[in-house]
Amino acid sequence: MNERAMRLRGLIRKESLQILRDPSSIAIAFILPAVLLLLFGFGVSLDARHVTLGLVVEQPSAAAASLTAQFRQSPYFVPQEFSNAGTAQTALADGRIEGFVWLRANFARQLSAGHDPAIGLFVNGTDANNARIIENYVQQSWTIWGAQQTGSANPAPIAVQPRIWFNPAVRSRDYLVPGLIAVIMTLTGALLTALVIAREWERGTMEALMVTKISMHEILISKLIPYFLLGMGGMVVSVLIAVTLFGVPLRGSPLVLGLAASLFMLASLGMGLVISTVAKNQFVAGQIAIITTFLPAFILSGFIFDISSMPPPIQLVTHIVAARYFVSILQTLFLAGTVWSVVLPNLFALAVMAAVFLGVARLVARKRLD
Amino acid sequence: MAPGLEPGAAIGKPLVIAGLTRRFRAGKRLVTALDGVSAETSAGLVTGLIGPDGAGKTTLMRLIAGLLRADAGSVRVFGTDVRADPLAVQGMLSYMPQRFGLYEDLTVQENLDLYADLQGVATAARPERYRELLHMTGLAPFTARLAGRLSGGMKQKLGLACTLIRAPRLLLLDEPTVGVDPVSRRELWEIVDHLVRKAGMSVLLSTAYLDEAERCDEVLLLHEGQLIGAGRPGGFTQAMAGRSFHFRLPGRSKRALQAALATVQGVTDAVIQGEAVRVVLEPGMAPEAVQLPGFSGLTITPVPPRFEDRFVDLLRARSGARGGIVPVAEAAQAGTAETVIEVSNLVKRFGGFAAVDGISFSVRRGEIFGLLGANGAGKSTTFRMLCGLLPASSGRLQVDGFDLHHAAAVARGRLGYMAQKFSLYGELSVAQNLRFFAAAYGLTGARRAARLDWALREFELGPRADVTSRDLPLGFKQRMALACALMHEPDVLFLDEPTSGVDPLARREFWRRINALAESGVTVLVTTHFMEEAEYCDRLVIMAQGRILATGTSEELKAATRSASLPEPTMEDAFIALIMADNAKTVEAAA
Amino acid sequence: MLARLLALVIKEFLAILRDGKSRAVLIGPPLIQLIVFGYAASFDLNHVPFAVYNQDHSAISRDLVADFAGSRAFQEVAVLHGPERIRALIDSREVEMVLDIDPRFSRNLLTNQPAPVQIIVDGRNSNTALLILGYANSVIADASAAWAARHGAAEPPARLEPHALFNPNLDSHWFIIPGIVALLTQIVTLLVVGLSVAREREAGTFDQILVTPLRPLDILLGKSLPGLIIGLAEGTVIILATVFWFGVPLNGGLLQLYTGLFLFIAAVTGIGLMISSLATTQQQALLGAFMFMVPSIILSGFATPIANMPAPVQALTLVNPMRYVLVVIRRCFLEQPSFSSLSLDYAAMAALALCSLTAAAWLFRKRVV
Repeated sequence: MNERAMRLRGLIRKESLQILRDPSSIAIAFILPAVLLLLFGFGVSLDARHVTLGLVVEQPSAAAASLTAQFRQSPYFVPQEFSNAGTAQTALADGRIEGFVWLRANFARQLSAGHDPAIGLFVNGTDANNARIIENYVQQSWTIWGAQQTGSANPAPIAVQPRIWFNPAVRSRDYLVPGLIAVIMTLTGALLTALVIAREWERGTMEALMVTKISMHEILISKLIPYFLLGMGGMVVSVLIAVTLFGVPLRGSPLVLGLAASLFMLASLGMGLVISTVAKNQFVAGQIAIITTFLPAFILSGFIFDISSMPPPIQLVTHIVAARYFVSILQTLFLAGTVWSVVLPNLFALAVMAAVFLGVARLVARKRLD
Repeated sequence: MAPGLEPGAAIGKPLVIAGLTRRFRAGKRLVTALDGVSAETSAGLVTGLIGPDGAGKTTLMRLIAGLLRADAGSVRVFGTDVRADPLAVQGMLSYMPQRFGLYEDLTVQENLDLYADLQGVATAARPERYRELLHMTGLAPFTARLAGRLSGGMKQKLGLACTLIRAPRLLLLDEPTVGVDPVSRRELWEIVDHLVRKAGMSVLLSTAYLDEAERCDEVLLLHEGQLIGAGRPGGFTQAMAGRSFHFRLPGRSKRALQAALATVQGVTDAVIQGEAVRVVLEPGMAPEAVQLPGFSGLTITPVPPRFEDRFVDLLRARSGARGGIVPVAEAAQAGTAETVIEVSNLVKRFGGFAAVDGISFSVRRGEIFGLLGANGAGKSTTFRMLCGLLPASSGRLQVDGFDLHHAAAVARGRLGYMAQKFSLYGELSVAQNLRFFAAAYGLTGARRAARLDWALREFELGPRADVTSRDLPLGFKQRMALACALMHEPDVLFLDEPTSGVDPLARREFWRRINALAESGVTVLVTTHFMEEAEYCDRLVIMAQGRILATGTSEELKAATRSASLPEPTMEDAFIALIMADNAKTVEAAA
Repeated sequence: MLARLLALVIKEFLAILRDGKSRAVLIGPPLIQLIVFGYAASFDLNHVPFAVYNQDHSAISRDLVADFAGSRAFQEVAVLHGPERIRALIDSREVEMVLDIDPRFSRNLLTNQPAPVQIIVDGRNSNTALLILGYANSVIADASAAWAARHGAAEPPARLEPHALFNPNLDSHWFIIPGIVALLTQIVTLLVVGLSVAREREAGTFDQILVTPLRPLDILLGKSLPGLIIGLAEGTVIILATVFWFGVPLNGGLLQLYTGLFLFIAAVTGIGLMISSLATTQQQALLGAFMFMVPSIILSGFATPIANMPAPVQALTLVNPMRYVLVVIRRCFLEQPSFSSLSLDYAAMAALALCSLTAAAWLFRKRVV
């Protein structure tokens, strides 16, 4: 065996033994992703179901009853009755209901006179997204009711036929869970390496390593391989949880998923290496890892917030967030299948990021202490 | 590749250092760690790199190992320039950093395997090398033990074994003996001696312990980044011949005597050693010529010179300073029979392990009392219990009438505490630290102002009042720590490793203040693993494995070891004899 | 007593503020995050790329396309002449929506039959998909209503008049950015308090103050007051930026806002101190802070509504102080809530603050004494 191979073997064996003996790295690699995924998989959902909707009927009538029946039948609403708008408004302000529909006393009279009465819909606009969804739900019920009233099958001249591809039931879990995997893996990848190398600096073992004939890439490679495998193990656990527990379909090729995950893992580990080499102490390394990984992956990856709606300068910033590319690949592979036109450019971007981070790590990691 | 020893292949000097300079940025200051150092070492010898903490020893080691880049000057290892080809140099040397990088979660054998892989030792050559190293270090029975579970001395020996897995041409050892108990220290030295003599290896070994200089073949003396001396240690010591004496005056305070002697014209150095004061005179000065009004009937005996005398002499010559004069009032109440600290059957268990295992001792007012022991002997645990930082598992302890762990906060106002490594708020300036501790001790109004003023003046901190304390030199940090501990004029003073690593002059200055305090009736409890410091104590206990091996004055402890083969035992000899006897007893009991 | 406490607080501030790095950590990252995330975190749609497949080559259908193209939410990026490329465009994420107008569109309109229009949306991000659908629906509803008005077709018997209270334009920045106030205040407070004891333990100064006559309670207060003050200052800076930089109106009373913020920071301080007393090293403290922070953000209702979570997870959010402060801050920004309407949220945070501070004090004594 030549010396280089011997050195690598020694270091990788050492790293693996340390992983096996140190429960914290196993916890970060397997337990942290599993717990986070379970917590967030159940905790994060954007579907506005069960809207508590107030119904203000100032004067009961057959027309009013038919309309309120419409809301009662809707799967989206938990209706609550109010006798006047004032109490409903108080309830809205106190957060007891999310919106209310107001049928004034003259509703039935005006309707029968053909006077086109106004139906007031008041929603709490504080959460604009939620408000918009409620408005849509109410509008749907109102449209159906309108069609029944006029007896026409043509409530509106233009008939919209929505087709939501890939996720016809619009289950937000189906796209959030793949996105979460990216967020969580960013975290574990960077945290694992950032803390592990910083620990070598603090314990003085790095100094002892550096005076041997070992070269800096050997040190980096020996760090990468075990943690790469560890991270990929966490990835497999996450995918299994997503598919079996959350029932998210995996329509694309698992092989491509593995490739994308590998590139992403390399980018994350590379980033961790850069952070830990620059920081040289666990405290600063951990702090930088948190600031530069979790929040950007959460907010700038397109996982929850739509990237194309962000202002152009911010969109530019999202390009340096590796999770952005991985989120896109994951959502496509899980829900749409292996769409090469999405997967290829994103894989390419991930490869570039991995190369850049690993290259920078190699550049900043000099075999010197100054 | 076989462990290449190739005797005679050492072409030229192992180390040639020329004009080596290295600066660091510490806060806003630029610190010169090494200032134009030029030196050479000889092949096949142990070269000691001697100097206090902050002298630049580690920086020099790292520069030689190619881990740092010099600002100016060059280092050649067997003719190869480190800067030009660091990998080639790293191939020739082995380096054991101060905190050697043992992987604590790997076993002894796994650590050895790792370094054998890293150093490219052929698989076939390993069994023989392992056997040799394990035998030499005495680690053979512990190969399956995790390195983290080894004692401090065993860790150092394992570190040395890992460093030596492939016999290098040049071996760099950075403070291998720091914090190690005297027995392990002796064993480490035996390994080093054995290696050099047998394998013809060249060694550069750094240490802050001046007594270790005499074990080296040649020494380089480093102080504040400058080389202040180089040569054979015997030569250094011999230059001091006829200048060292013991002054004794039974019946009078040795501390008052020491304080008086230290101020006499013509005295280079005066330190307490047991019951005597060890004095080094200026060249040509006769001991009878020492004028000491008020002290008559002195007994003066000549003693052999030691390495530290020369070091102090060199430093005095450089600085010229004598330090301020601290008058020592020979107080009447000094050494009264009143007991201030009382410990009986004290036990502290962590899980099933007894860190302190039933110890008893008592300290009288105005006494300087030492807890002597290696790292892990239980002295820090005892110390922390006395300060009230840890609850005792069982037994009784009282400080000035209180068990501080249970007593009201006010009771703590009577003790002063100076932590190991002089821990103070590094981000705060000197004045801010002092103000904080004044407030923490509840000083207010005029008294507070007076004490703050006293601290700045007495410890000569005034000019540095606004310096961020992290950027202070070590000696000043120590002064500031003492100033903070004395802010409220405590009755009892706890000092944890108070002078470890500081240079001999700073140590003398420190002890001058402590002596003065003791004379004025302050009770002082000191922990130390530093044998020299034990000599300054009135009485001390020697601890090992949580138990007290012996109690007494340093004279008494040394006298117990005196034999025909060892007519003048040192404190270290006494310590080792006690440990050996104790180990023998343990083995006997086990058998 | 007061003088000692003051000394402890001053010491803590000096230790944080004299060090350039920790000063930077307090000021730089939070503001950068506020700006970047403030712009990035939004559920509003702008310039969503869409393709048009108009099989009905008439003026009416072209008007409908123009309605879409003219809307701020949509941006036309491709015109298709056959159905083949629809799949490819959506698959590759070049467009998020395809507007497919049926060949019978204008004929049916003119003959009073339903005029079919197909909206194909990429469902990979179903939240965006729903938003796109909502926007598209309203564009079409407007067009539909306009057509009906012009041609006297059968009108719906009643009008729906939606009003969004507190946020008439339904600008989701108004929802998210006040949330960032809570988010960043929590991060900074937690880092300042959570690491402070561990830092002193590592430096050895903790022993040093324990042997002074200071009591554990003094030390605990000395550690928590700076956290409270820094948290409030940080919150104030971010609130100012929210109002003056992002132009989010602050309608509610400052007193209501700051009561909530104060109780929240007190609770977070307590949690930080608990982490601090348990951790022996800064790394442990950091991991602890992190382990609390990530779930507390995700389960707070910051980005996704709590009402959608399953009951056990909802129960878990009850012990998350951020959940309550988000309600208080958002309502104080957009509404004019009375004290009484916020009383439940205040009470919950006060209870959490009390519990966490008591637990911290207990742990602290246990670890210290």
